Amino acid sequence: MPFVEFRHVFYEVAGQRILSEINFGVETGETLVLLGRSGSGKSTALKLTNGMLYPTAGEVLVEGRSTREWDPIRLKRRMGYVIQDVGLFPHFTVARNIGLVPRLEGWGEADVDRRVDQLLETVGMPAAEFRTRYPRQLSGGQRQRVGVARALAADPPVLLFDEPFGALDPVTRFELQQQFLDLQRDFKKTSIFVTHDVREALRLGSRIVLLVRGAIEIVATPDEFQHAPSGEARAFLACL
Amino acid sequence: MRSDLANDIVRLTGEHLSLVGISVALAILMGVPLGILVARRPAAWRWLLGVSSVVQTIPSLALFGFLIPIPWIGGIGKRSVIVALVLYGLLPILRNTYVGILSVDPAVCDSAIAMGMTGGQLLRQVQLPLAARTIIAGIRVATVTTIGTATIAAAIGGGGLGVFIFRGVASVDTAQILAGAIPAAVIALVADGGLGWLERRISPA
Repeated sequence: MPFVEFRHVFYEVAGQRILSEINFGVETGETLVLLGRSGSGKSTALKLTNGMLYPTAGEVLVEGRSTREWDPIRLKRRMGYVIQDVGLFPHFTVARNIGLVPRLEGWGEADVDRRVDQLLETVGMPAAEFRTRYPRQLSGGQRQRVGVARALAADPPVLLFDEPFGALDPVTRFELQQQFLDLQRDFKKTSIFVTHDVREALRLGSRIVLLVRGAIEIVATPDEFQHAPSGEARAFLACL
Repeated sequence: MRSDLANDIVRLTGEHLSLVGISVALAILMGVPLGILVARRPAAWRWLLGVSSVVQTIPSLALFGFLIPIPWIGGIGKRSVIVALVLYGLLPILRNTYVGILSVDPAVCDSAIAMGMTGGQLLRQVQLPLAARTIIAGIRVATVTTIGTATIAAAIGGGGLGVFIFRGVASVDTAQILAGAIPAAVIALVADGGLGWLERRISPA
Protein backbone atom coordinates (compact mmCIF):
# COMPACT_ATOMS: atom_id res chain seq x y z
CA MET A 1 0.00 0.00 0.00
CA PRO A 2 1.40 3.44 -0.90
CA PHE A 3 2.18 5.61 2.12
CA VAL A 4 0.53 8.60 0.45
CA GLU A 5 -2.00 8.25 -2.31
CA PHE A 6 -3.88 10.78 -4.44
CA ARG A 7 -7.17 9.42 -5.77
CA HIS A 8 -9.06 11.41 -8.41
CA VAL A 9 -8.06 14.63 -6.73
CA PHE A 10 -9.43 17.93 -7.97
CA TYR A 11 -8.72 21.25 -6.36
CA GLU A 12 -10.45 24.51 -7.16
CA VAL A 13 -10.24 27.89 -5.55
CA ALA A 14 -12.61 30.74 -6.39
CA GLY A 15 -13.99 28.79 -9.36
CA GLN A 16 -10.53 28.35 -10.81
CA ARG A 17 -9.27 24.82 -11.30
CA ILE A 18 -5.78 24.32 -9.93
CA LEU A 19 -5.56 20.52 -10.06
CA SER A 20 -7.64 18.01 -11.99
CA GLU A 21 -7.86 14.24 -11.85
CA ILE A 22 -4.61 13.71 -9.96
CA ASN A 23 -3.76 10.06 -9.27
CA PHE A 24 -0.47 8.84 -7.91
CA GLY A 25 0.93 6.94 -4.99
CA VAL A 26 4.11 7.48 -3.01
CA GLU A 27 5.69 4.25 -1.84
CA THR A 28 7.30 4.00 1.57
CA GLY A 29 10.87 5.23 1.47
CA GLU A 30 10.84 6.66 -2.04
CA THR A 31 11.36 10.23 -3.17
CA LEU A 32 8.61 11.30 -5.49
CA VAL A 33 9.36 14.50 -7.35
CA LEU A 34 6.57 16.78 -8.50
CA LEU A 35 8.02 18.62 -11.47
CA GLY A 36 6.33 21.43 -13.34
CA ARG A 37 6.43 25.05 -14.37
CA SER A 38 5.36 27.84 -12.05
CA GLY A 39 1.62 27.67 -11.55
CA SER A 40 1.35 24.02 -12.55
CA GLY A 41 -0.20 23.21 -9.16
CA LYS A 42 2.71 21.30 -7.63
CA SER A 43 2.87 23.28 -4.38
CA THR A 44 -0.88 22.94 -4.04
CA ALA A 45 -0.50 19.16 -4.30
CA LEU A 46 1.99 19.29 -1.45
CA LYS A 47 -0.39 21.28 0.73
CA LEU A 48 -3.12 18.75 0.02
CA THR A 49 -0.83 16.07 1.42
CA ASN A 50 -0.49 17.45 4.94
CA GLY A 51 -3.96 18.89 5.25
CA MET A 52 -3.10 22.56 4.80
CA LEU A 53 -5.65 22.28 1.97
CA TYR A 54 -8.33 19.71 1.30
CA PRO A 55 -9.35 18.48 -2.15
CA THR A 56 -12.50 19.88 -3.77
CA ALA A 57 -13.20 16.38 -5.06
CA GLY A 58 -11.48 13.04 -4.64
CA GLU A 59 -9.29 12.22 -1.69
CA VAL A 60 -5.74 12.13 -0.46
CA LEU A 61 -4.93 9.05 1.61
CA VAL A 62 -2.14 9.01 4.15
CA GLU A 63 -1.41 5.56 5.55
CA GLY A 64 -4.70 4.48 4.02
CA ARG A 65 -6.80 7.15 5.68
CA SER A 66 -8.28 10.20 3.99
CA THR A 67 -6.71 13.47 5.14
CA ARG A 68 -10.20 14.59 6.09
CA GLU A 69 -10.41 11.83 8.68
CA TRP A 70 -7.06 12.71 10.23
CA ASP A 71 -6.84 15.11 13.12
CA PRO A 72 -5.38 18.10 11.25
CA ILE A 73 -2.69 18.77 13.86
CA ARG A 74 -1.63 15.12 14.15
CA LEU A 75 -1.43 14.79 10.38
CA LYS A 76 0.85 17.82 10.05
CA ARG A 77 3.13 16.62 12.82
CA ARG A 78 3.55 13.31 10.99
CA MET A 79 5.14 15.24 8.14
CA GLY A 80 8.25 17.37 8.11
CA TYR A 81 7.86 20.37 5.82
CA VAL A 82 10.65 22.35 4.20
CA ILE A 83 9.83 25.39 2.11
CA GLN A 84 11.71 27.86 0.00
CA ASP A 85 12.83 30.86 2.07
CA VAL A 86 12.75 28.27 4.83
CA GLY A 87 10.19 29.97 7.05
CA LEU A 88 12.50 29.71 10.03
CA PHE A 89 11.19 31.69 12.97
CA PRO A 90 13.33 34.83 13.01
CA HIS A 91 12.85 35.35 16.75
CA PHE A 92 13.95 31.82 17.69
CA THR A 93 17.54 30.61 17.90
CA VAL A 94 18.63 27.77 15.65
CA ALA A 95 18.20 25.34 18.55
CA ARG A 96 14.68 26.53 19.31
CA ASN A 97 13.71 26.40 15.66
CA ILE A 98 14.87 22.81 15.33
CA GLY A 99 13.38 21.75 18.65
CA LEU A 100 9.99 23.24 17.90
CA VAL A 101 7.98 20.18 16.93
CA PRO A 102 9.50 17.91 19.61
CA ARG A 103 8.59 20.61 22.12
CA LEU A 104 5.06 20.87 20.75
CA GLU A 105 4.92 17.11 21.12
CA GLY A 106 5.81 17.46 24.78
CA TRP A 107 9.35 16.06 24.83
CA GLY A 108 11.47 16.81 27.89
CA GLU A 109 14.05 19.58 27.62
CA ALA A 110 17.03 17.23 27.87
CA ASP A 111 15.68 15.03 25.08
CA VAL A 112 15.03 18.05 22.88
CA ASP A 113 18.56 19.36 23.46
CA ARG A 114 20.11 16.02 22.63
CA ARG A 115 18.01 15.72 19.49
CA VAL A 116 18.91 19.24 18.35
CA ASP A 117 22.65 18.58 18.72
CA GLN A 118 22.33 15.30 16.88
CA LEU A 119 20.42 16.90 14.00
CA LEU A 120 22.83 19.80 13.67
CA GLU A 121 25.58 17.22 13.41
CA THR A 122 23.54 15.32 10.80
CA VAL A 123 23.23 18.39 8.57
CA GLY A 124 26.90 19.24 9.02
CA MET A 125 26.66 22.22 11.35
CA PRO A 126 28.68 22.01 14.60
CA ALA A 127 26.18 22.36 17.43
CA ALA A 128 28.50 24.34 19.69
CA GLU A 129 28.87 26.99 17.03
CA PHE A 130 25.33 27.22 15.70
CA ARG A 131 22.87 26.40 18.50
CA THR A 132 22.52 29.91 19.82
CA ARG A 133 22.60 31.77 16.52
CA TYR A 134 19.57 33.45 15.03
CA PRO A 135 18.46 32.74 11.45
CA ARG A 136 19.57 36.19 10.28
CA GLN A 137 23.12 35.28 11.32
CA LEU A 138 23.22 32.34 8.90
CA SER A 139 23.93 32.08 5.18
CA GLY A 140 21.16 30.94 2.84
CA GLY A 141 22.58 27.43 2.65
CA GLN A 142 22.91 27.19 6.44
CA ARG A 143 19.34 28.37 6.88
CA GLN A 144 18.18 25.69 4.49
CA ARG A 145 20.12 23.04 6.42
CA VAL A 146 18.45 24.20 9.62
CA GLY A 147 15.13 23.96 7.78
CA VAL A 148 15.88 20.34 6.92
CA ALA A 149 16.98 19.60 10.49
CA ARG A 150 13.77 21.14 11.79
CA ALA A 151 11.68 19.00 9.45
CA LEU A 152 13.49 15.88 10.65
CA ALA A 153 13.25 16.80 14.33
CA ALA A 154 10.37 14.67 15.53
CA ASP A 155 11.38 11.85 13.18
CA PRO A 156 8.28 12.04 10.96
CA PRO A 157 7.72 9.22 8.47
CA VAL A 158 7.05 11.68 5.62
CA LEU A 159 9.00 14.71 4.45
CA LEU A 160 7.56 17.37 2.17
CA PHE A 161 9.87 19.71 0.27
CA ASP A 162 8.55 22.78 -1.51
CA GLU A 163 11.34 24.01 -3.79
CA PRO A 164 13.67 24.03 -0.80
CA PHE A 165 16.84 24.81 -2.72
CA GLY A 166 15.32 27.20 -5.26
CA ALA A 167 16.85 30.38 -3.88
CA LEU A 168 20.39 29.07 -3.40
CA ASP A 169 23.45 29.56 -5.58
CA PRO A 170 24.23 26.56 -7.83
CA VAL A 171 27.19 25.32 -5.80
CA THR A 172 25.35 25.38 -2.48
CA ARG A 173 22.32 23.85 -4.14
CA PHE A 174 24.46 20.99 -5.44
CA GLU A 175 25.93 20.40 -1.97
CA LEU A 176 22.53 20.36 -0.35
CA GLN A 177 21.20 17.96 -2.96
CA GLN A 178 24.09 15.67 -2.14
CA GLN A 179 23.24 15.96 1.53
CA PHE A 180 19.62 15.17 0.75
CA LEU A 181 20.71 11.99 -1.06
CA ASP A 182 22.91 11.02 1.90
CA LEU A 183 20.03 11.57 4.30
CA GLN A 184 17.71 9.56 2.11
CA ARG A 185 20.21 6.72 2.01
CA ASP A 186 20.48 6.74 5.81
CA PHE A 187 16.89 7.42 6.85
CA LYS A 188 14.74 6.32 3.89
CA LYS A 189 11.99 8.81 4.60
CA THR A 190 9.01 8.82 2.31
CA SER A 191 9.49 12.15 0.56
CA ILE A 192 7.58 14.35 -1.82
CA PHE A 193 9.81 16.94 -3.43
CA VAL A 194 8.46 19.86 -5.45
CA THR A 195 10.78 21.54 -7.94
CA HIS A 196 10.86 23.24 -11.32
CA ASP A 197 14.48 22.24 -11.85
CA VAL A 198 14.64 19.18 -14.08
CA ARG A 199 18.25 18.45 -13.15
CA GLU A 200 17.24 18.36 -9.48
CA ALA A 201 14.28 16.11 -10.33
CA LEU A 202 16.46 13.62 -12.21
CA ARG A 203 19.10 13.63 -9.50
CA LEU A 204 16.89 13.23 -6.45
CA GLY A 205 13.72 11.48 -7.55
CA SER A 206 13.01 7.78 -7.57
CA ARG A 207 10.01 8.75 -9.69
CA ILE A 208 8.95 11.99 -11.31
CA VAL A 209 5.39 13.23 -11.68
CA LEU A 210 5.27 15.87 -14.39
CA LEU A 211 2.44 18.35 -14.00
CA VAL A 212 1.12 20.53 -16.79
CA ARG A 213 -1.52 23.13 -15.92
CA GLY A 214 -2.80 21.12 -13.00
CA ALA A 215 -2.95 17.74 -14.70
CA ILE A 216 -0.51 14.85 -14.75
CA GLU A 217 1.40 14.60 -18.00
CA ILE A 218 3.51 11.57 -17.11
CA VAL A 219 4.73 9.55 -14.16
CA ALA A 220 8.18 8.15 -14.86
CA THR A 221 11.44 7.04 -13.31
CA PRO A 222 14.37 9.34 -14.12
CA ASP A 223 15.50 6.89 -16.81
CA GLU A 224 12.08 6.65 -18.40
CA PHE A 225 11.73 10.42 -18.17
CA GLN A 226 14.74 10.95 -20.43
CA HIS A 227 12.99 9.13 -23.27
CA ALA A 228 9.38 9.96 -22.51
CA PRO A 229 7.22 10.72 -25.53
CA SER A 230 5.96 13.95 -24.03
CA GLY A 231 6.37 17.45 -25.35
CA GLU A 232 6.55 18.95 -21.88
CA ALA A 233 9.13 16.41 -20.74
CA ARG A 234 11.24 17.26 -23.78
CA ALA A 235 10.82 20.97 -23.06
CA PHE A 236 12.21 20.36 -19.58
CA LEU A 237 15.02 18.13 -20.86
CA ALA A 238 16.00 20.87 -23.29
CA CYS A 239 17.05 22.94 -20.25
CA LEU A 240 19.80 20.48 -19.38
CA MET B 1 2.25 79.02 50.10
CA ARG B 2 5.17 77.48 48.24
CA SER B 3 4.59 74.11 49.85
CA ASP B 4 0.86 74.34 49.04
CA LEU B 5 1.72 74.60 45.36
CA ALA B 6 4.22 71.78 45.68
CA ASN B 7 1.62 69.61 47.37
CA ASP B 8 -0.89 70.43 44.64
CA ILE B 9 1.58 69.54 41.94
CA VAL B 10 2.29 66.20 43.56
CA ARG B 11 -1.38 65.44 44.13
CA LEU B 12 -2.56 66.44 40.67
CA THR B 13 0.37 64.69 39.00
CA GLY B 14 -0.67 61.54 40.82
CA GLU B 15 -4.24 62.02 39.67
CA HIS B 16 -3.05 62.61 36.13
CA LEU B 17 -0.92 59.50 36.18
CA SER B 18 -3.78 57.39 37.44
CA LEU B 19 -6.16 58.74 34.76
CA VAL B 20 -3.61 57.98 32.06
CA GLY B 21 -2.60 54.65 33.56
CA ILE B 22 -6.14 53.35 33.85
CA SER B 23 -7.15 54.61 30.42
CA VAL B 24 -4.12 53.22 28.61
CA ALA B 25 -4.42 49.91 30.45
CA LEU B 26 -8.06 49.62 29.39
CA ALA B 27 -7.21 50.66 25.83
CA ILE B 28 -4.56 47.92 25.70
CA LEU B 29 -6.91 45.34 27.20
CA MET B 30 -9.48 46.17 24.54
CA GLY B 31 -7.29 47.17 21.61
CA VAL B 32 -4.89 44.22 21.49
CA PRO B 33 -7.55 41.46 21.58
CA LEU B 34 -9.71 43.40 19.12
CA GLY B 35 -6.72 43.81 16.83
CA ILE B 36 -6.03 40.09 17.01
CA LEU B 37 -9.65 39.33 16.30
CA VAL B 38 -9.95 41.60 13.27
CA ALA B 39 -6.61 40.33 11.91
CA ARG B 40 -8.53 37.11 11.31
CA ARG B 41 -11.57 38.86 9.82
CA PRO B 42 -10.63 41.57 7.34
CA ALA B 43 -14.29 42.52 6.85
CA ALA B 44 -14.63 43.44 10.52
CA TRP B 45 -11.42 45.46 10.26
CA ARG B 46 -12.86 48.04 7.82
CA TRP B 47 -15.86 48.57 10.00
CA LEU B 48 -13.88 48.89 13.20
CA LEU B 49 -11.29 51.16 11.60
CA GLY B 50 -14.11 53.38 10.35
CA VAL B 51 -15.73 53.70 13.74
CA SER B 52 -12.54 54.39 15.64
CA SER B 53 -11.33 56.87 13.04
CA VAL B 54 -14.58 58.79 13.39
CA VAL B 55 -14.14 58.85 17.18
CA GLN B 56 -10.61 60.14 16.64
CA THR B 57 -11.90 63.11 14.64
CA ILE B 58 -14.24 64.34 17.39
CA PRO B 59 -12.52 67.26 19.15
CA SER B 60 -11.63 66.06 22.62
CA LEU B 61 -13.42 68.83 24.49
CA ALA B 62 -16.58 68.05 22.51
CA LEU B 63 -16.28 64.35 23.24
CA PHE B 64 -16.00 65.05 26.95
CA GLY B 65 -19.07 67.26 26.61
CA PHE B 66 -21.04 64.59 24.77
CA LEU B 67 -20.34 62.10 27.52
CA ILE B 68 -21.71 64.22 30.36
CA PRO B 69 -25.44 63.50 29.79
CA ILE B 70 -24.95 59.79 29.02
CA PRO B 71 -25.96 57.53 31.92
CA TRP B 72 -23.74 54.67 33.13
CA ILE B 73 -20.66 55.52 31.14
CA GLY B 74 -20.80 59.32 31.30
CA GLY B 75 -21.51 62.09 33.76
CA ILE B 76 -19.32 64.65 35.51
CA GLY B 77 -16.03 63.30 36.78
CA LYS B 78 -13.40 60.69 36.19
CA ARG B 79 -15.60 58.07 34.60
CA SER B 80 -16.37 60.17 31.52
CA VAL B 81 -12.75 61.16 31.25
CA ILE B 82 -11.58 57.57 31.26
CA VAL B 83 -14.19 56.55 28.69
CA ALA B 84 -13.07 59.32 26.36
CA LEU B 85 -9.38 58.64 26.84
CA VAL B 86 -9.88 54.93 26.17
CA LEU B 87 -11.73 55.76 22.95
CA TYR B 88 -8.81 57.93 21.82
CA GLY B 89 -6.15 55.45 22.84
CA LEU B 90 -7.87 52.54 21.18
CA LEU B 91 -7.20 53.41 17.55
CA PRO B 92 -3.39 53.43 17.52
CA ILE B 93 -3.23 50.25 19.59
CA LEU B 94 -5.86 48.49 17.51
CA ARG B 95 -4.30 49.56 14.24
CA ASN B 96 -0.77 48.60 15.19
CA THR B 97 -1.84 45.22 16.53
CA TYR B 98 -3.66 44.50 13.30
CA VAL B 99 -0.85 45.74 11.07
CA GLY B 100 1.78 44.02 13.19
CA ILE B 101 0.11 40.63 12.95
CA LEU B 102 -0.64 40.92 9.25
CA SER B 103 2.91 41.96 8.44
CA VAL B 104 4.41 38.75 9.82
CA ASP B 105 6.05 36.96 6.87
CA PRO B 106 3.45 34.57 5.38
CA ALA B 107 6.19 31.96 4.83
CA VAL B 108 6.81 31.95 8.58
CA CYS B 109 3.11 31.55 9.38
CA ASP B 110 2.76 28.88 6.71
CA SER B 111 5.61 26.87 8.11
CA ALA B 112 4.22 27.25 11.62
CA ILE B 113 0.89 25.85 10.42
CA ALA B 114 2.64 23.14 8.43
CA MET B 115 4.52 22.09 11.56
CA GLY B 116 1.25 21.46 13.29
CA MET B 117 0.92 24.51 15.50
CA THR B 118 -2.60 25.13 16.71
CA GLY B 119 -4.16 28.56 16.15
CA GLY B 120 -3.32 29.57 19.72
CA GLN B 121 0.29 28.40 19.46
CA LEU B 122 0.72 30.27 16.19
CA LEU B 123 -0.60 33.42 17.83
CA ARG B 124 1.37 33.20 21.07
CA GLN B 125 4.66 31.80 19.81
CA VAL B 126 4.91 33.41 16.40
CA GLN B 127 2.51 36.21 15.52
CA LEU B 128 2.45 38.15 18.79
CA PRO B 129 6.22 38.01 19.43
CA LEU B 130 6.91 39.12 15.87
CA ALA B 131 4.29 41.85 16.07
CA ALA B 132 5.36 42.99 19.55
CA ARG B 133 7.49 45.86 18.35
CA THR B 134 4.72 47.32 16.25
CA ILE B 135 2.17 46.83 19.03
CA ILE B 136 4.39 48.61 21.53
CA ALA B 137 4.88 51.45 19.05
CA GLY B 138 1.09 51.81 19.01
CA ILE B 139 0.92 51.77 22.80
CA ARG B 140 3.60 54.45 22.88
CA VAL B 141 1.63 56.74 20.57
CA ALA B 142 -1.56 56.10 22.57
CA THR B 143 0.20 56.82 25.89
CA VAL B 144 1.80 60.07 24.80
CA THR B 145 -1.38 61.47 23.27
CA THR B 146 -3.42 60.37 26.28
CA ILE B 147 -1.09 62.25 28.63
CA GLY B 148 -1.76 65.42 26.67
CA THR B 149 -5.48 64.89 26.17
CA ALA B 150 -5.95 64.09 29.85
CA THR B 151 -5.21 67.73 30.72
CA ILE B 152 -8.63 68.58 29.26
CA ALA B 153 -10.24 66.25 31.80
CA ALA B 154 -10.33 69.09 34.30
CA ALA B 155 -12.99 70.74 32.15
CA ILE B 156 -15.51 68.11 33.25
CA GLY B 157 -14.27 67.69 36.78
CA GLY B 158 -11.90 64.84 36.11
CA GLY B 159 -8.98 66.40 37.94
CA GLY B 160 -5.37 65.95 36.93
CA LEU B 161 -2.82 68.49 35.82
CA GLY B 162 -5.40 70.21 33.65
CA VAL B 163 -6.77 71.77 36.84
CA PHE B 164 -3.72 74.04 36.93
CA ILE B 165 -3.99 74.84 33.28
CA PHE B 166 -7.68 75.78 33.34
CA ARG B 167 -7.18 77.77 36.53
CA GLY B 168 -4.19 79.53 34.99
CA VAL B 169 -6.04 80.33 31.78
CA ALA B 170 -9.04 81.67 33.72
CA SER B 171 -6.89 83.93 35.92
CA VAL B 172 -4.28 84.74 33.25
CA ASP B 173 -1.64 83.27 35.55
CA THR B 174 1.29 81.87 33.58
CA ALA B 175 2.85 80.27 36.63
CA GLN B 176 -0.30 78.17 37.17
CA ILE B 177 -0.36 77.12 33.50
CA LEU B 178 3.28 76.07 33.73
CA ALA B 179 2.63 74.19 36.96
CA GLY B 180 0.30 71.98 34.92
CA ALA B 181 2.09 71.99 31.58
CA ILE B 182 5.61 71.21 32.75
CA PRO B 183 4.82 68.05 34.74
CA ALA B 184 2.57 66.87 31.90
CA ALA B 185 5.37 67.39 29.41
CA VAL B 186 7.86 65.60 31.68
CA ILE B 187 5.51 62.62 32.08
CA ALA B 188 5.05 62.47 28.31
CA LEU B 189 8.80 62.58 27.69
CA VAL B 190 9.52 59.89 30.26
CA ALA B 191 6.75 57.63 28.92
CA ASP B 192 7.90 58.18 25.36
CA GLY B 193 11.52 57.44 26.25
CA GLY B 194 10.67 54.39 28.33
CA LEU B 195 8.36 52.81 25.77
CA GLY B 196 10.78 53.71 22.99
CA TRP B 197 13.51 51.88 24.87
CA LEU B 198 11.25 48.85 25.31
CA GLU B 199 10.38 48.95 21.62
CA ARG B 200 14.04 48.91 20.60
CA ARG B 201 14.94 46.28 23.14
CA ILE B 202 12.56 43.75 21.68
CA SER B 203 14.63 41.65 19.35
CA PRO B 204 14.22 42.85 15.78
CA ALA B 205 12.70 40.26 13.50
